[in-house]
Amino acid sequence: MDSLLNSIFSEAFLSPIWVSLKIAIIAGIIVILIGTVAARFFARKQFRGKAVIETLLMLPMVLPPTVVGFFLIVIFGKNSWAGQAITWLFDRPIIFTWWAAVIAAIVVAFPLMYQSAKSGFLAMDRDIENAARVDGASEWKIFFFISIPLASKALISGSILSFARALGEFGATLMFAGNIPGETQTLPIAIYIAIDSGNMVMAWLWVIAIVTLSFLMLLAVRVKE
Amino acid sequence: MANLKLQQLTKVYNKNEIAVKDFNLDIKDKEFIVFVGPSGCGKSTILRMVAGLEDITHGELFIDNQKMNDVSSKDRDIAMVFQNYALYPHMTVYQNMAFGLKMRKQTKTEIERRVNEAAAILGLKPFLHRKPAALSGGQRQRVALGRAIVRDANVFLMDEPLSSLDAKLRVQMRSEIISLHSRLQTTTIYVTHDQTEAMTMATRLVVLNHGQIQQIGTPKEVYEQPVNVFVAGFIGSPAMNFFSGSLTASGLKIGDQYIPIPAGLLPQNSSQDIIIGVRPEDMYIESATPMFHTEIEAVELLGADTMINAGLGDQPFTARIPSSIAIEPGQTLPLSIHLNRMLFFDSQSKNRIF
Ligand SMILES: Nc1ncnc2c1ncn2[C@@H]1O[C@H](COP(=O)(O)OP(=O)(O)O)[C@@H](O)[C@H]1O
Ligand SMILES: [Mg+2]
Repeated sequence: MDSLLNSIFSEAFLSPIWVSLKIAIIAGIIVILIGTVAARFFARKQFRGKAVIETLLMLPMVLPPTVVGFFLIVIFGKNSWAGQAITWLFDRPIIFTWWAAVIAAIVVAFPLMYQSAKSGFLAMDRDIENAARVDGASEWKIFFFISIPLASKALISGSILSFARALGEFGATLMFAGNIPGETQTLPIAIYIAIDSGNMVMAWLWVIAIVTLSFLMLLAVRVKE
Repeated sequence: MANLKLQQLTKVYNKNEIAVKDFNLDIKDKEFIVFVGPSGCGKSTILRMVAGLEDITHGELFIDNQKMNDVSSKDRDIAMVFQNYALYPHMTVYQNMAFGLKMRKQTKTEIERRVNEAAAILGLKPFLHRKPAALSGGQRQRVALGRAIVRDANVFLMDEPLSSLDAKLRVQMRSEIISLHSRLQTTTIYVTHDQTEAMTMATRLVVLNHGQIQQIGTPKEVYEQPVNVFVAGFIGSPAMNFFSGSLTASGLKIGDQYIPIPAGLLPQNSSQDIIIGVRPEDMYIESATPMFHTEIEAVELLGADTMINAGLGDQPFTARIPSSIAIEPGQTLPLSIHLNRMLFFDSQSKNRIF
């Protein structure tokens, strides 16, 4: 029993949890902000090529994580334009850093937020926004005072789902951010490594931790609906 | 207070679907003008162009002689009542009415004064702290009106505001809106598909079909001198009867029925084929010298009046006669038409020629 408690409060057990939470929270906030704005934009505007852009945004949801990882490495790698710009700005490449893990989480979590938010914005009566427009509200005020409150249910469930997805991200993160304990070693990666090295106690503890967290979040979405 | 000028206003959706075409209208300050026409004829589209919610494809819109095409909705100083009310569901009645004033940076005391005044006029005082979901249809309708009148805007736009109320409430709200207008004197465009509503409320009405103006006039002008078959058939309830017939030197032939008519009451210089319009109330029973006899097919008692369905020269019609005369289906009746109230339309252009 003592050894179990020791394990639970050990740095080795807690570190991947903190890493995962930090990454998921930062990625979650970014996804919620961009996802909400993008969803509202695409829910209201019609233009050429819209379907293609939306499909590209949704693609990470169905692609194998290794493909997402592959593209992240290609886009942000040493030889790419973006990779060189980042190296020049921060004096080091982004690959195998904590920020790489955040980017991987953003890419896979975005579609969930986007889809949920967009259905929320599409479901509302657009004349309510028009009423505010006639009432003298600017487009930003309409967004904050009308659209967001009216889509709030969809926005909250989208937020929880995308946070949970960010927390569970594995494949793309491993490829793009690596497995650096205390920096990029997230819960799912730690579990993989633990099983690989036969450390079943730690694997169990981590599995219980992530199952509990994910269960509570999905439950919250259910209750909201 | 404002006057409006709509010049050649045109709306084209998706490059080739014409919703409104060459709409020309001057609306005077303080006027209560009604747009009426069947569903899908472009009424809401025009209103939305005036409100700035829909781009104007061609043409120009002036409010108080200022061109408004490129002025955004929020800067047009217009108040609008939407067909489904479009209340802010997450705000209380008070907040719904206060929202537009807040957006226009009124002081708190001014907002309070105006909302309370409007609530008093509309009988909404007891409901100020309720959300729209906790109101009846009639109360929501009043909130929508309240949200418009607190603004003290230059122009009111109302898009079928009564269409979702039951018949009794609709009649009551009709007269409330009219008395509201005579009190506030705000220039108003009121849209409806209901010709009764249009006739009872309008000082001037604009009859629309397929995105085009058919006729502009007072309710009486439009009723008595419709410019074409569409207006004649759309305005008036029950609808006008139309017969296709041909002109002779001294009368009309409708099917195998000949009706002699004095020369002065017939159109001159017209082609032979013609459409004749007769309102149901312009037919009457006459035993002495009837114009024709007809067998009654159906009888519908409406109270003081009875509607009868029958045929003239094999063409069906409806006539309105007093209920004091007992009539049975199958019975043959001697009928006449008030000749000076008959209308004649060209069978090709469908325009009225006499
Ligand atoms: N956003 C839109 N896109 C394409 N067609 C539209 C749009 N809005 C309205 N229409 C078309 O324009 C015509 C007029 O519509 P509308 O102004 O709503 O008619 P009304 O209010 O008289 O019932 C209809 O044929 C309708 O289908
Ligand atoms: Mg309409």
